[in-house]
Amino acid sequence: MFLKQLSEAVGVSGREAEVRDLIRAEIKDDVDQIETDALGNLIAFKEGKPEYPTILLAAHMDEIGLMITDITDDGLLKFKPIGGIDKRILVSKQVVVGPDKIPGLIGAKAIHLQEPDERKNPLDYGELYIDIGTKEKEESEKLIELGMMATFATEFKHLGTDTVKGKAFDDRVGCAALVELLQQEHQLSIIAAFTVQEEIGLRGASVVAYDLDPDLALVVEGTSASDVPDSKEAGYSTQLGAGPALTVQDGSLIPSQPVVNKLIEVAKQNEIPYQFRKLTTAGTDAGAIHLTKEGIRTAVMSLPCRYIHSPASLINLNDYQATVKLLTKFCEEMEEGGLTDEGIN
Amino acid sequence: MKELIKRLVETFGPSGDELAVRELIRGEIKDQVDHIEVDTMGNLIALKKGQDDSKKVMLAAHMDEIGLIATHIEEDGFIRFSNVGGVSPYNLLGERVLFNGETIGVIDKEGKLDDISKLKHDKMYVDIGATSQEEAEKRVKIGDTATYYRQLDLLENRLVAKGLDDRAGCAVLIETIKQLTEQPTFDTYFVFTVQEEVGTRGAITSSYGINPDVGIAVDLTLTGDTPEAKRMAVSLGEGPTIKVKDRSVLVNPQLKNLMIDLAEENEIPYQLEVLDRGGTDTGRMQLSREGAIAGAISIPGRYVHSPAEMIDLTDLENSIKLLSKIVQSDYQGLF
Amino acid sequence: MDSKQVLKELSEATGVSGYEKKLGQQVAQLFEPYVDQIEFDKLGNLLAYKAGESQQEYKVMLAAHLDEIGLMVTEIEEGGFLRFTTVGGVDQRTVVGQEVTVHGREDLSGIVGAKPPHLQDEEEQKKSFEIEKMYIDLGLAEAEVKKKVRVGDIISLQRDLLSLENDRVAGKALDDRAGVLLLLETLKELDKMTHQVDLYAVATVQEEVGVRGATTSTYGVVPDIGIAVDVCHGLMPGVNQDEAVELGTGPALSFGPHIHPQLVKKLKEVADEIELDYQLDASPSPRGTDAYAIQVTKSGIPTAVLSIPLRYMHTSVETVSLNDIKRGARLLAQLLRELEGEFVEGLRCF
Repeated sequence: MFLKQLSEAVGVSGREAEVRDLIRAEIKDDVDQIETDALGNLIAFKEGKPEYPTILLAAHMDEIGLMITDITDDGLLKFKPIGGIDKRILVSKQVVVGPDKIPGLIGAKAIHLQEPDERKNPLDYGELYIDIGTKEKEESEKLIELGMMATFATEFKHLGTDTVKGKAFDDRVGCAALVELLQQEHQLSIIAAFTVQEEIGLRGASVVAYDLDPDLALVVEGTSASDVPDSKEAGYSTQLGAGPALTVQDGSLIPSQPVVNKLIEVAKQNEIPYQFRKLTTAGTDAGAIHLTKEGIRTAVMSLPCRYIHSPASLINLNDYQATVKLLTKFCEEMEEGGLTDEGIN
Repeated sequence: MKELIKRLVETFGPSGDELAVRELIRGEIKDQVDHIEVDTMGNLIALKKGQDDSKKVMLAAHMDEIGLIATHIEEDGFIRFSNVGGVSPYNLLGERVLFNGETIGVIDKEGKLDDISKLKHDKMYVDIGATSQEEAEKRVKIGDTATYYRQLDLLENRLVAKGLDDRAGCAVLIETIKQLTEQPTFDTYFVFTVQEEVGTRGAITSSYGINPDVGIAVDLTLTGDTPEAKRMAVSLGEGPTIKVKDRSVLVNPQLKNLMIDLAEENEIPYQLEVLDRGGTDTGRMQLSREGAIAGAISIPGRYVHSPAEMIDLTDLENSIKLLSKIVQSDYQGLF
Repeated sequence: MDSKQVLKELSEATGVSGYEKKLGQQVAQLFEPYVDQIEFDKLGNLLAYKAGESQQEYKVMLAAHLDEIGLMVTEIEEGGFLRFTTVGGVDQRTVVGQEVTVHGREDLSGIVGAKPPHLQDEEEQKKSFEIEKMYIDLGLAEAEVKKKVRVGDIISLQRDLLSLENDRVAGKALDDRAGVLLLLETLKELDKMTHQVDLYAVATVQEEVGVRGATTSTYGVVPDIGIAVDVCHGLMPGVNQDEAVELGTGPALSFGPHIHPQLVKKLKEVADEIELDYQLDASPSPRGTDAYAIQVTKSGIPTAVLSIPLRYMHTSVETVSLNDIKRGARLLAQLLRELEGEFVEGLRCF
């Protein structure tokens, strides 16, 4: 499964090379043209018939991670977070550092050596470090450069019947779905943008659409699912197994109503399950894309993902299949009639 | 004027759903402008051609108002919601709201609340009178939006209503168009923007499209003239304010001075505004493309973002006077 | 005029965010002998253009910001006291007792006052002074103040540049006048050599209030490479090793997700080639310098950040080493000398 390769690839914001190369190799025979831009966004063009609209599909390649900022005299690696990481999850996790994936772990003082009060407080970045087994600074410096990125060493694996666990489903699921779409035949022109630096503030998406001028855009994301104990149904942002989630509003976007309506219509017609993302905060690449130049009609479709931004998250494969299907059918529908201007807002 | 504002504020238009407001405004001005269009985001853009087409002036007032968005419908028909723009949960207790411009609901909080400071949107709900999820969903679906449900009242010389932020600004632009006796100096774009309350988004795309040389926003500002108010040297009824600074902009000093000079020459009362909180469409106009000379006229408002925003009619009239003088001025010192 | 004298003039000049016009003209005079063309855009950014030898017209933009943090009058109180707010990130604890200039109809000297400690109760004394409770005393009668000062007038900090031991100086607004000096020194270095690429030395406005000048100036220039020249934190007691760099051991190159990897690699290579000391400064978040705006202009610009180590940032005693500035200029000049089309084109190939 290509998602396995994508999930296990390392691509912290600004260092998306491995993911980019994987995707490029996977789609190169299926598209008409592939480009990169000055930030590292990978943009693939699949030309359709000129009378049909052009759709921009976007998913981000980068994941959250840790950047090495200093090496101590003992050879330990100090780090800072890249993107939104809950520092409380870091201690005692396995990581890989740099392009050569040097194995390491995140250490901290053992429980025996802590005062009772210390145990209640989360460890701060000043107290955490990565241990790669080196004994002194010089030894580490042979392997590690400042600025190298570390990410969780997590294997992609089936869990239960329809569920898989892995890291970086935010947003490798989106990348995988876009790749599947590119491998199909279409009548309309598709531009697939695999963006960089989403997790540090939608950087790639801020520039990616500038030269593209699509008729509409659809962002495919991984989003947090909160159907877990101690959470009320009203507070679930999304639920696993209930299909892709459509955004009604988030901190960066009010989606184009005609696009959302069309997605709902297509889902209903084809009996594809869907849900709404009930959280109205946080943002996605759509926030930057829809404000490009004079504006682009944009919507977001997200795959529910439990324990997002952590070493191990869970998704439901049925949700993934439903996401690909909804995307596919939506593109087909665009070939039929496209969007009307009714109710634009 | 009062009648126009009444229609404007009583029209439904939370951020992202400005259709009804836009149609109302379009009807008011379409015969009096040279060109009118709606862009992809939904901004309404009306052009009054100038005597000189070498420069472009953009005037912006936003059509959208703050509101609520339905995020979940309970089995027994209660609607859970989140905010659209800056809506305080305290203002919502006991408040009536209107979904989709037609469905009235009332708001209360879950269970017992010992500490009002812990009141959050997700501990509250809207009751639209439905007895089941199914019944509720016939009228309100997830993603539907609501506004306060209030009418406009006139208290002495002061207007009280929801949505004066920024329908009052829209009224100033509309009246300026209507009252202009001659062509403006330069091509002047009257832009009624969308999605200001969620991040001045409509102004981003409309400024890009117009690419103005000068941008002036007309919006509400706050005052410091109520009991124990946070310090601010702006009072209701003492004239429109000429903005110097808010969180989105440091106003071009030459434009600020031009506005001051015009106000003084024409004996229009004015106040100078340094707003510590909040931003406006001004900042977006300033930073569009290679930049614009940007400033703003504000209408002093009390209780902004509450169901009962208050402005003074004289301030409104003086705002129109000042804006009219600006668009007919020679923009001295700017270019 | 030697570099220290130039820095003294720059530091002591006034240019609070949004009000940089006069300072811009002063800097234009400094740049003028070394460039082909100077213009100002609508926001007041100073764009100095120096043509390269090549016909291919690759453009490199160096940006240092003109503006400094400051204060603004919000209210004229009974007795003629001025209440004020901040423009940019002023640390309120550093303002009490500060001498300031109020730029009213004329420039007026004043002192920032607050309720004296002996009139405060014990609880109050434990807390730092808050901006809302401070005021400026001009020593003038209320009527006089009202004639000369209006709400919205700008206030700048007063501070003469102080020469310290070694090559170090301390003063206000060295963030980022030190960077402006670095730009000037780069232009001077370039005068002695030839370069292929076109250079835009841009002194930007309104950086301290949200990198606003860089947003519009980059849009106008559309460079192939953008380098922000700013200051970073110098090491001192209480500051972590990985959050600051040493004063006097060379300029710092930022590393982080938003910095173009090939561009920073090239800068390191150039530094090694000319045996120039440099340091590395961790920048996990893209915010904080003009690079934040430069990188995402139009369809994207390869971006790097070169910083001058500086202690006590955003106070009136910011401290830098002149040597770091000179070394930074040598590095940038050498980079410009070496840049050619193939490398620039390669920055888009990932």
